[in-house]
Amino acid sequence: MKKLMLGNEAVARGLYEAGVRFVSSYPGTPSTEITENTALYKEMYSEWAPNEKVALEAALGAAIGGGRSFCGMKHVGLNVAADPLFVTAYTGISAGMVIGVADDPGMHSSQNEQDSRHYAIAAKLPMLEPANSCECKEYAKAAYELSERFDTPVILRLTTRVSHSRSPVEENERAETEIKPYVKDAAKHVMMPANAKKRHYVVEEHLDALKKYAEDCPFNTTEKNGSDIGIITAGNCWNYAKEAFGRNADYLKLGLLNPLPDELIKNFAAGHKTVIVIEELDPVIENHCRSLGINVVGKKDGILPMCGEYSEEILKEKLLGQEPSYCEIGAPVPGRPPVLCPGCPHRGVFYVLSKLKLRVSGDIGCYTLGAVAPLSAIDSVYCMGASISSLHGTCKVRGEEEKFVAVIGDSTFMHSGLTGLVNVVYNGGNTTTLILDNSITGMTGHQDNPLTGKTLMGEKAPNLSLEDICASLGVSREHIKAVDPADLGALEKVIKEETASNCPSVVICRRPCALLKTAVRKPALHVDREKCIGCRSCMRIGCPCISMSDGKAVIDELMCVGCGLCEQMCRIRAIG
Amino acid sequence: MSKNIMIVGVGGQGTLLASKILGRAAMNAGHDVKVSEVHGMSQRGGSVVTYVRFGSEVYSPVICKGDADVILSFEMLEAARWLPHLKPGGVIVTSTQQINPMPVITGAAEYPDDILGDIRALGVDIRAYDAVKIAEEAGNARASNVALIGLAAEVLGFDIEVLREAVAACVPGKALDVNMKAFDMAAEIAKTGKGN
Repeated sequence: MKKLMLGNEAVARGLYEAGVRFVSSYPGTPSTEITENTALYKEMYSEWAPNEKVALEAALGAAIGGGRSFCGMKHVGLNVAADPLFVTAYTGISAGMVIGVADDPGMHSSQNEQDSRHYAIAAKLPMLEPANSCECKEYAKAAYELSERFDTPVILRLTTRVSHSRSPVEENERAETEIKPYVKDAAKHVMMPANAKKRHYVVEEHLDALKKYAEDCPFNTTEKNGSDIGIITAGNCWNYAKEAFGRNADYLKLGLLNPLPDELIKNFAAGHKTVIVIEELDPVIENHCRSLGINVVGKKDGILPMCGEYSEEILKEKLLGQEPSYCEIGAPVPGRPPVLCPGCPHRGVFYVLSKLKLRVSGDIGCYTLGAVAPLSAIDSVYCMGASISSLHGTCKVRGEEEKFVAVIGDSTFMHSGLTGLVNVVYNGGNTTTLILDNSITGMTGHQDNPLTGKTLMGEKAPNLSLEDICASLGVSREHIKAVDPADLGALEKVIKEETASNCPSVVICRRPCALLKTAVRKPALHVDREKCIGCRSCMRIGCPCISMSDGKAVIDELMCVGCGLCEQMCRIRAIG
Repeated sequence: MSKNIMIVGVGGQGTLLASKILGRAAMNAGHDVKVSEVHGMSQRGGSVVTYVRFGSEVYSPVICKGDADVILSFEMLEAARWLPHLKPGGVIVTSTQQINPMPVITGAAEYPDDILGDIRALGVDIRAYDAVKIAEEAGNARASNVALIGLAAEVLGFDIEVLREAVAACVPGKALDVNMKAFDMAAEIAKTGKGN
């Protein structure tokens, strides 16, 4: 019987059926559920690594050690893992290795819209891209055959809509794999120049062989409907194209994205009056077609958009000139941007930072939402770990002119904040770092990390202490302070003290995520309408539970978790 | 032809469970199915939309403007936001719950006065119910997502037993009794036409 599976869940099933033994990943939307699901199969050891580089290296080690391995990440995670990624093409593997990377067209949950296909080309690695959950499972499985056949890791590329869509999947049995014997082969695995020079030739030979394979591999399929329009597409864009054009076009659906099959593309194009390339993000297939001398309709001629996620609707409008008929209300519909949750421990931190008018170097996680009005407390957010390292540079240039702090989450700190803090200490910086320790990796949906005392598979782990880590990195013990961010007075006092000091300091704002099952949920608070003078002080914390009604504050009792921040804001004690 | 259902609401309201239930019901009824979910950033109190499509053959997991047969709305402003996706002749089943978005809370924007009236004035079939109250009466306000499915049972295109089975299969064990009660109460209310 078929099961309705998320694309990511189906990838995990494919890994299980392929006999994978080792999975190491770092969570990142939209890739997270792959590894959450591999952990449900006891046959596959699965772990969260502190970051993607560590995860990829661990997976490489497992593959070299003879067991089929996987590591998963979001597109920007591959930037972190790029260093080992490039060298894996040279060394090859022993048992099969697959790297799952999920791009996020439309930036549902990301800071940029980068296209991972460039990595496959640059690192000279084969890349597969499925279009639905069924293909997610099949391609994940087939990727291991490909990996072992061509002695190379394979990248499995996903996009948000494929990762986070459910469609029916047929389950099969697991094919148990033997652990291959470990063989010392320094010429293949010690990548110093003398060896690497020789290995580069091997990489090019593999690519040539893959290029031949691409011409008639099962991942690239043609559908002929007798049309003079030929559509070349891949992944989820194929779904949109099928909906928009149906039987009124022929299709070349590419499942192997690197290397691309020159002859197959040329032959397909030759039989059609119009060739359209439909792909999200960068014009990778389109540029390839143009390099083969094929004139295609695509992004370069301005017909299809460069930016954002595609849809059936966009294809109908841009390629078929069809406009949807629809109705809408006359009144403006206010937007609903994401907000910090009711009871979020980060809210108090951003309120205090905003009150003290501090400049804030932010980072990646739920707390990025501290940038949203009315808190509007964050000046910059770049990438994982950049809060600390970029602030160091800013402070060196600007001196004491303005007060800055870096704000970073517990999991993000372990991911790539450590080295930034080392740089501050080593190079005589004096930045204040706020580590928002909510005892979990929050934004991606509650994953354990090296600070939570538990592993992905539910085992007990050593309880690493942030205080000890920061001290061992060279921050003076007297400038490492832990505070409960729900106590606004105490929080303000500590932040004032530490930003006034002229040495590196760390303030650990410690309170569990309000969404954790273990978080204390108190009865909802309410406003005494007799007492409320409508001063709007309680509104300054940006809590989604509080709004004004007839000039007085009201609290949505269904949403309120009784965190008490608004109570501290109300000077006339109308909230309780 | 596929049947297209959208589930719209505010992150945290339980739209994902609702889409899981409908996806399961569609598959058990023998259809090809695609469900598109929202994870990550927008789940934090933002506007969320989930698409459920089923039929003999479905490719895209996303529903176009003007193409939804049914919009299941957990909050009134979200019904207004996603109204352009409704097919002419389609039906909206909405909870009368109002959750002010941050721009309204900060005073930068206004919550429209009479969303139901505005939508009805366009000739759209919108059925509004206090789903939270139904769920509360069943034992827990958090079951309002399942109550909403019960309220929409007639227009979703499934046999009621297929829906009940899907609820039973998707709702965690200890919450099942309350959710089943909410579903049955809601389906009964919809049948007898006691909406707003």
